[in-house]
Formats: sequence, structure tokens, C-alpha cells
Amino acid sequence: MSTLTALARVQAVAAGVAQPIATVRHVHVADHPLVFIPLTLAGEANAPLAAMIGTDPTAPRLLVVPEPRNRDERFAFAADLATDFLSYIDGHCRETEVVERGPGGEPRPCYRDAPQVWVPNREGIAFVRLLGRFTRFRRAEGPHAVHPSVPLLGQWLTFLADRAEFPGSSLLVAMTEALALHWATGQSATEDRNLAALLGWIDPPPGLSGAQAAALAEDPAIWPPAGPRTDPEFDNARLAPAIAAYHEAPDEPARRQAYAVLAELLRSQLAPTWELMWRGLALLRRLAPGAHVPDRWAADRMAFTEFADSVRTGQARPQPRRDGAVAAARRLHRLERAQAAYVVQRAYDDPLVMAEYRLTGEAFAGTVTHAEPNRVSDSGKKRVLRPRIVVVTEDWMPLPLGTVVYSPARPSQRATMVRLHRTDATTEVELELAGGMGRSLTPPPGSVPAVGEWVTYTTLAHEYRPEATFPAPEETPWTHGGPSDGEPEEDAAEDWAR
Amino acid sequence: MRERLARLRGPLPPRQPTARTIAALTRNPGCRRRAVLDSAGVDKQRLAARLGFPARVGQSRFALARSAAFAARVTADGGAELVRALRERLGLDLPEVRYVDLRAEGAVSDADATGVAGAGGERSAGAEEGYRATRATISRLLGRGERGAVLVAHPVMALEVAGQPWYVEPEALLLYAEGRFRVIALKSFAIIDGHADAAQVSAAAIESAVSVLAARHLLDDIGHDAQLVSPEVVLVCPRDFSIDPTAAVLDCRTQLATLRRHLARLARIEALLAALPPDLTFDLALTADGAPTRPPEELAAAVRAIDARYTPECLETCDIAYFCRHEAAGTTAALGRAVQEHLGGVETVAAVLGLADGSLLPPEEQKEVAELLRTAHRVRAEALAAAGVFGEERPR
Amino acid sequence: MREKGKDVTIDAVSPAAEAERVVNAVMDDLRSGGHRGVVVDSPPGAGKSTLVVRAAIDLASAGEPVLIVAQTNEQVDDLIERLAAAAPHLAIGRLSAATYRAPERIARWPSVRIATTVTQLDGAAILIGTAAKWATVTEGSWPWAIVDEAYQMRSDALLRVAGRFARALFVGDPGQLDPFSTVETSRWAGLTWDPMQSAVAVLLRHNPDLPVHRLPVSWRLPASAAPVVAEAFYPFTGFRSGTTAAERSLVLAKSGPGDTVDDAVERAAATGWALYELPPRYTLRTDREATAACARLALRILERGAVAFSERAPEGSPVTADRIAIGTAHRDQAAAIRKELGVAGEGITVDTANRLQGREFDVTIVLHPLSGRRDATAFHLESGRLCVLASRHRHACIVVARAGIADLLDAYPSWEPVHLNVPVAFPDGWEAHHVFLSHLASAVTTAG
Repeated sequence: MSTLTALARVQAVAAGVAQPIATVRHVHVADHPLVFIPLTLAGEANAPLAAMIGTDPTAPRLLVVPEPRNRDERFAFAADLATDFLSYIDGHCRETEVVERGPGGEPRPCYRDAPQVWVPNREGIAFVRLLGRFTRFRRAEGPHAVHPSVPLLGQWLTFLADRAEFPGSSLLVAMTEALALHWATGQSATEDRNLAALLGWIDPPPGLSGAQAAALAEDPAIWPPAGPRTDPEFDNARLAPAIAAYHEAPDEPARRQAYAVLAELLRSQLAPTWELMWRGLALLRRLAPGAHVPDRWAADRMAFTEFADSVRTGQARPQPRRDGAVAAARRLHRLERAQAAYVVQRAYDDPLVMAEYRLTGEAFAGTVTHAEPNRVSDSGKKRVLRPRIVVVTEDWMPLPLGTVVYSPARPSQRATMVRLHRTDATTEVELELAGGMGRSLTPPPGSVPAVGEWVTYTTLAHEYRPEATFPAPEETPWTHGGPSDGEPEEDAAEDWAR
Repeated sequence: MRERLARLRGPLPPRQPTARTIAALTRNPGCRRRAVLDSAGVDKQRLAARLGFPARVGQSRFALARSAAFAARVTADGGAELVRALRERLGLDLPEVRYVDLRAEGAVSDADATGVAGAGGERSAGAEEGYRATRATISRLLGRGERGAVLVAHPVMALEVAGQPWYVEPEALLLYAEGRFRVIALKSFAIIDGHADAAQVSAAAIESAVSVLAARHLLDDIGHDAQLVSPEVVLVCPRDFSIDPTAAVLDCRTQLATLRRHLARLARIEALLAALPPDLTFDLALTADGAPTRPPEELAAAVRAIDARYTPECLETCDIAYFCRHEAAGTTAALGRAVQEHLGGVETVAAVLGLADGSLLPPEEQKEVAELLRTAHRVRAEALAAAGVFGEERPR
Repeated sequence: MREKGKDVTIDAVSPAAEAERVVNAVMDDLRSGGHRGVVVDSPPGAGKSTLVVRAAIDLASAGEPVLIVAQTNEQVDDLIERLAAAAPHLAIGRLSAATYRAPERIARWPSVRIATTVTQLDGAAILIGTAAKWATVTEGSWPWAIVDEAYQMRSDALLRVAGRFARALFVGDPGQLDPFSTVETSRWAGLTWDPMQSAVAVLLRHNPDLPVHRLPVSWRLPASAAPVVAEAFYPFTGFRSGTTAAERSLVLAKSGPGDTVDDAVERAAATGWALYELPPRYTLRTDREATAACARLALRILERGAVAFSERAPEGSPVTADRIAIGTAHRDQAAAIRKELGVAGEGITVDTANRLQGREFDVTIVLHPLSGRRDATAFHLESGRLCVLASRHRHACIVVARAGIADLLDAYPSWEPVHLNVPVAFPDGWEAHHVFLSHLASAVTTAG
């Protein structure tokens, strides 16, 4: 949230339709994403009730759990879901290419594409995480055995949910979050969590304003919740009798009939959201991707490749219930690295995001009024090319002299602020440039901003930060509880009685 | 004051606050409308319905059933499962635990069909008897210096809210052991791998603080040290995906301080009431069979007589929030606290836009925010123009 | 916590003797070797660095090299300066990044060597560097380490360096700002090794029996400030001022125009505190009236020729720009104030609470974190933020705020998420703010 986004919200109220807060798309949208909409039974801990899943907008598959409180039915659902999920994932494990990994890293094979799963909202991601937790410790043999695909599904769901925490990752995406990253509505962020209302503002049906569309969307009778929680009214008035009828069916035909009724009922709750998901995807696809989106997707593909390889060779990284001391610290470090990169990339890719930094004085934009592209400095040991330019900006300029700034147009060039001259409405900034101009004493064309060019400079820097080192888990120091023994990963005997 | 509040409420019996509604008072303590309506015990659900902005408060029967099933499982066989969880999870040394169900003993009427105490809203007829029974039981425990541990199920306690005593029937038990009391809160959300939803735990903590405070009042009332009630509450929830209970200790000291603070403010509500029109009432003018006849417009005018402090979070916690939201249309407050803060507190959408495009001359105290808004307007337009996207238009 | 029974005698003992008793107990615990770790909590200005220097020299003199882990390069240099002065015979090795350039205050000591790896510093009695630099050392183990500013250090940073030492002394101020992250970290909430905790928190959760000492005397805070800061931010442990009201005074040598700014400055000089209150109004973070008032107050102290008399300077020493700080919650506020100060205010430190941690001035001006806000947030209520801002001064502190903060506190929706098994943090930010504000109520100057 920033003043700029706040202003966009206010403009959306006035315009009656959501306003853009991004000029490019900051998430990757796959050619064939998998849309997954889960529903749970109220009151239970992540008990699946139904789901709609598929890669073809015209052919969703409906999964139904007629008695979500029954253990076997839950695992039957997991096995059923596994067929969709695992075949979708396998479909991405065919073609590889060789990619470089960071400075000094060895080139490695990487899958050309990766799976991408879309859920309606953040709660959908939580569902994936908990379903992963629920299934990954199960065993295909012994007491309480489940279908072999169940623990495998659990591993993959856990991987996706873990990866979704990474800023800028697009393997598992919540639609409301992706949309809210690009549009500001005329309602609050709390209300934006309702997918139908959010889309109502972004893309209202003909003849309706965003506000009207959002108001309609809040009526669960017209737009059922996008899950995983269902509408309590629906539960009481329609779902409960349908489940009861299924239970009480006297014979097999009656049961089949009751099942069909129940399935149709659940389809009616899921189908509107299914449609919204594809509408959301279509809206996002209309935006051109930001320049760094392919880079982040490449990181996703690499993470996917590594995990797929480890699963295939049976050496999947352990996915314990909670992170150990070393795993937690390492993961936090990686998340922070990803966050730092993501923040800079988004600002570099999108002038509207950069505008937020202009407002807070961490960036400025203006016109070049003077340029000395061939200026050479001989104050040091040897003569070096140090062009200077003067930029006139209307932006707020609290940055002190000597600050080093960078331009998204020439990210490898350092610009040092060497002179500041403020007048009433504008500031003249003189910048000395270094880097990004080759080795000779004459800059290549275009490497130094020319007079008249509109330029943006910011203190946000693209820096490569090497990954930190951590002790091995078996060397966890005494300050953090010492080496961990590893915990048993078995809970097949969990009591399910109700 | 009591009379005044009764006049505001009309002839309906006061809506009995539950631990949950008392806890909800801390959600938006700056809202005068809510403070007055709650203090007067106005049935906000019916009020909102009559105003044409019904609350969305329905509870799924699956959730209620699960909650009841969990409570039943935990308290079955003299709380055997509960005692096991307390021993295992908390290392409590409980050699033998006597289970006293105040409701089973006939002292408390079974007011609640769900089987979970306190989920209802109407003042239960048996509350007063329940309170007496709870008092008597606790007096007895302390009086005879009971050595063993005792679990008291379905306790009824009391708390003073806005100068009036209210009965509290929490979804909780009292554990008496080693001369001290602990509140045992039963909740049906899951603790999975030691982790539970932070919003639900937060709600449980503040509701439990209501119980602790009420229990302390009760001890005080019967001449015992109120500090015998521990501020550490035991939260009992289903473990992982099962229905087996597990327990965690919740340190509610922060919530206790918060609650005390807000109750103390409500006790001073008199000043607020004094500023209201003397004939103000939220009487729905019910017919004999309970149908409201008060014209909604008149009722709306009465509600508007008290300032609200609407925030979008109210939608989740207050029964008349949809009315307040409607009233707040066109204000920056309706867009959320953070939005309003970033707009420097400018109150309306129209003023923000006017200041931003320069069509509105700012009063002295808004010169600064006007400058920021104009800059924001300019950089936004520049960025959109540079990208070939134009503001205030359909994205398609 | 002060032990019961000692309370009676506490004021009969001189602050110096009381502090010495604690320091001796710490040194005894270190020398006994009976504990893997020793923790020392130090309220603002309680002689933490003195203790670190003394412990380092003591341990190093026993013949075994000592590691010192500090959090910033500036803290490292501060410690080196004091170590080198106190024990010129001890060889000190400064572990640094390749880009580090030693300032004159370090370079002038012949006993200090600077290198990028530990092997280049072989033979040093004291090895010192930042936590980030120590984390790059992946081999070797030393018998002792001293971890400075351990409450500012994140648990994950300790994890990376803890393998380098067998035992350690942890020193820090529990009242300061908690470590933070820019990413979502609730995943680890409740774990005893949650990487977001402070180094001390993680240490004590795994080693609850380690001795924890508390330095009982603030040598920085004057007698007017110690009780206020102690009550608001250290409600359970407390501390006292090492100096009496008579030992510190702030004298304004020149007269002023007699406006409300003068009134606030004079009040602060006389009583140690002033609240310069602006009319109530919802404002932007960078409220120009408030930022201008901060600048004006700071400049007025210079203009009035303030002289600080203290036990260090019984003859008085002028309060120059470098002895004044202005503290804010946000960076843009600091930037706005710097702009207001202009050339006249050059040399005055203007910074956020985060960056003022561990620093000391004669006079501070604080832009109240809640000034002009419509709603309080957890960020603005964090007790550590206000504590840092309110405890940097040796003589006086002037708080600048819009009226109406009490109402703002009253309206605060207390509904923070709660995670299981996370120890409750005290003091609660709301309570701390409330206590602090009610104290300031007797020191109000209404701006005009």
C-alpha cells in the first residue's frame, strides 16, 4: 500500500471501475495452467468436500466427497486428485534445456516448462499446503495403507505450497492476489478477497458499474464463495439434506441418484468460480509480461526440475512437519533474497511501480538537459571515462549529494549525484556515470543518456547476493538446541473417530 | 444510566453478551455507535435486518455439529480425554480429577441446543441459577481446601459491562488444582503440528480473557484472592486432522489488560449517552407476534444520531456493519484504514480527487497533503502515459 | 529482577557499587566456566561496552583468544577503539570485508591488525568482526566469544556463527527494537528456533538455566529520565540513574525570543522533559508543521548556547550540533527534517529509531511515532521504537506530537494475531505508550 495505490482506489470509486496499478504483468501465466478450486466441509480440519480441476476451460472435472468426515473417502479423493495432478506434472518432465545458474554456477539441465497451478485465493493455497501435510506421511503398505499416488501427491502439493511463499514465484498462484497486484478497486482490500467482487470491479458486466457488480457478487446465492469455505446458508439449506439423502438411500440405485443430486449441487457451487478463474487468467494475459518475469519463471523451472529429479530418484528432500533450526534459517535467507530481488525487478520493469519510489524520494525522473558523454577523469591512477549529465526533475529530492543511483534503462551503470541545485518547482541533478560503456574512452552510442531523453534514476540497486552458508543440520549449535535427531514421520494411526 | 440504556433498547429484553461479543468490543473501540448499541444490549441483528442491511451471520450446521462433537468427546467419561491431554501436553501433575458438571447437576438449564455453552445470544433463564451454582461450587472447593483436582464444566460467571452485570457462559471449563484455577477453553479449530490459525487463536485468547476476568470477579465476590485464577489459559483443540484433543497454554496477560481497559471505558459511557437526543430509541415497535413495525427510515435516522467509525474489518465482527458501510460510501474510510492513512486523513473521495487534480483549493491544513496528491496524480499519469495505458478507463 | 530483600538496601548502596557488584558476578560466572553461556541485560547506557571491554581483556589475558561478534561495522570500530585504549599490549585482529577502509581512529593503533580471513590474523588475542563477517568463517573453534548487541541480532545470524565458539557472553538491551524481516515469517512462529527471534531469546529457550544478569544503573540517562524509561519500558526489572539531579544540568547561556519554542526548550532544560504539542490534526507522515518544529527546537538549543554540566564535564561543555539528535519512526520523516534543518543544522544527527540504537547524545528531539495519525498500528506501537527514541539523551528530551494521541490509543483495535507457543512480549506497546504519555502530560508546551 502506498499513496499511489490509495489514489488509484479513490480514482476507481469515481470511475466506477478498477484502475491499473501496474503497466506490465508481474506474474508468469502459463500456456496451459491447471486451475484447481477446492471446497471443504465447514468445521472440519481441511476436509475436502469437492473440487473442480482442469486445464481446459470448457472441460472441468468435478471431484465429490459424499461423506467428507469419512477417512477412506478423504483418501479416495486424494487418490482421485492425484491422477489429475500427477499427470499434469509429468507432462512437464519431458523436454529439458541447459541453463546457467548465477555467476560461477555450473550449467545444468532444466525442464523447458513447469507446471502452474491457480487457486482462487490465499485460503486455496493453505488448502494445498494442508492437503499436502495430510497425505505426504501416508504409506502405501502396512496398516492404514493408501494408494501409492497419495503420498506422492502430498510431496508435490507440499513443494508447491512451500514455493508459493517465495516472492515472485508463479508455480502456485492465488487469483485474488495476482489480480490485486495489477488493479486497484474502489473497495477495501478486505473486500477484494472476494474473487467475484474483485473481478466485478476489474471487469464489470455490460451495463453495470464496478460497485454494482461487486454488490451482486457479495450475494452468495448469485455468486457462491470461491472456497474453500462454503456459504453457511448453502450448507444448512441444501448441502446437509443432500448428504443426508445420500446416507439414507435404501439401495444402490437410490444412492446413485442421491450422489448425482449431490454432485450437481456441488457443481453449481463451483462452476461460477471456475468461470471467474478463466476470466481472471484472460485479463492477466492481456498485459505484456514484465522484463524480469521470464527470469523468475526460470528460477521456478529450476526449483521444479530439482524437485522432480529428487522425487524420481527417490531422494526427495525431507518435508518435515516443521522446519528444523538450520532449515528455517536457510529458508528465511532464501525468502529474503527472493524478496529483495523481486522488489527491485518490479520497479525496474514497471514505471508505475517505480512511481511509488518517486513519491517517497527513493527515485526521480526527469529530462536530460545537458550531457558531456566524452568526459574523461584523470584524477585517479589512470584516465577513465566518466561522462556527466544534468537531469531536471519535478520530483521530491531528499537524496543527499554523493548518493549512488541506477537507471532501469541502463542497469549496469552507476550514477553518482555530484551536484544539486534546487529551485522552487524543480531540481537540477548532475550525475557522474561509470560502467556500462565498454572499455574505451569513447562511450558506445546510447550508453550515455542524450539531451532531451526522459530518464529515471533510483537508489534501488540490482545486486547479486551470493547465497549464505549454514551449518549442516547435524552440526546445529547448542544455542539452537544442538543436532536434531529427526522426528518420526509416521502418523498412519491417527484417530479418526468422530 | 440503566434507565437510559433501557429506553434506547426498547421493550425487548437485553441481548445477552457472550464471551465472544464482549471480546468483539476490543475490535473497534473507537466506534461510539457500537459502544452505545452494545451497552444498551440492542439486538443488532434484528436492527440491521429492519434497516435493510441484514448481517451475514449464519453458521453452518456442520461447524456447529463438529464443535458439539468435539466438546462431547472431550468431556465424555468425566473429561477423561481432556485430562489425558492436559497430562500429556502440559505435563500437569493431575493424579485424580473429579468432574463436576453444573448443568448435569440440574443447576443450570440446558439453554443451548448446540451443547456448547454460550453460543446462544438470549439471556438464558437458567443463567442466574447457574451463576449461583458456580459460586456455591467454587466456594465449597476453596472452603474445604480441596486437595485433589476438580474440573468444573458449564460454569456461569458474571462481568460488569457499562454499569450492568452480565452473565458469562463461556465455551470453557474451570480446572481447580493445587489451590488455583485455570480456564480451559474448548475450541474446535485444529492445532496442526503445533500450529493453529493466528486469527482464531487471537479470538480464543481474548474470549478466554473474558472468562479469566469473570472468574476473578467471582472469586473477589466470594471473598477470595482473585489472583488465584491464572492468566494462563489452557486451549484445548482437535489435534491435526483428528478429533482427539490436544492442549496448548495461552498466556492471556496482554488480552486481560486490553479487556480491562475497554471495559473501563465502557463504564464511562454515561458522558456519551448524555450527548444523545433524549428521546432516542432503537425500539423496533414489535407486534404481538414479533414483527417489527418501526419505519426503517426512522430507525436509520436514530442509528445515524450516533457517530460510527466504520472500517472494512467491521464487516466480519459487527452485525450492523453493512448499514455503516452503506453510510460510509464515498469516504476514504470505506477503503480501509491504510488507504485513509496514505491519503493524509482526507475524508472523502471527492475531496481527494479535487485536491489531486488541482480543481479544489486546499484549506490551510490540507496544503501538504494536496501537494502530495498532486504529485501522485502527476507521476501516475506520466507512468500510465509512458506505458500507453490511460487512467480512469476500462482496462480492456 | 531485583531480588526481594535487597530492595531495602538498594538506595543505601552507591550506584557505582551496585553496578560493580553485578559486573563482578558476571566475571565470576565467566571465570568459573560452569556455564556455556552468560547473558547480561543492559538498559540504555548502563555500561554495556565497558563490560564487553573488561570481559574481553580479562578472558584474553588468561591466554586464550577471544572472539567478539558485533552487529555493525561502526559498533566494531567503537569497541576496537575502547579495547585498544584499555589494553594497548593486546593484539587485536579486525576481521573485515575486502571493501572495509579503516578510519583514522582505528588505523592509528599499532596493536590492531586488519584482514579478511582469520588465518591472516593468527596470534591475535582478540578477534573482532561483525556477525555477517563471522558467518563467512566456516572453520575453527575458539573457547570464548562475546556477542555484543545480542538483542539486535537475529537468531539465524547466531546460528551461522555459534559453531565457532564453545562458550559465550551475550550482552544487549532487551528494551530495544526486535529484529524484523521483509518477508512473511509466521511459518516458524512458536518454534523454539524461530529464526526471527533475537539471539538471546533463542539461546534462553534452548538453555533456560543459563545465568542472566542485569546491569542496574544507567550512566547515560539523567535522574529525570531513568524512572520514566524504567517504568514504561522495563516494568519488571527496572534500573536507576547513576547520577543525581544535582550532577546534571543544562544551562541556556543566551536568551531567546520568548516564544513557545523557548518555553519547551527551557522546560526541557529545567526538568529533562518537554512535550511540544501541536494542534490536533490528521496529517501525512511527513507533517510539515511537526518536522519544522523538530528542526526549530534543535536549532534553538544551538542558538540559546546550551551548556551541559555533568560528572564528565563539571565545568560545563557546550551542546554542539554533534551532541543533538532528532529521532523519527520513518526514513521520510528524517529526510524531511534534514531538509528543514538546512545548513544551520549541519552536524545534527537525524535518523530513525533503528539507526539510533546504541547511540548517545546530550539532547534529543523525538517526533512521536503516533503524531498526526488517524490509527495506530503495531509498527507505531512497538515499545522498542519509543524506548530507543526516549532513551538516547544525557540531559533532556523534547517530544514533538500532535494533540490527541491519548484518544488514538483508546481507539486502537487490539486484535493482533496470536501464535501458539510464542512467549508474550513485555512490555506491551500500548501500555508502554500510555505510561510514557501520562508522564509527559505534566511537561506540555502548547505550540503557538
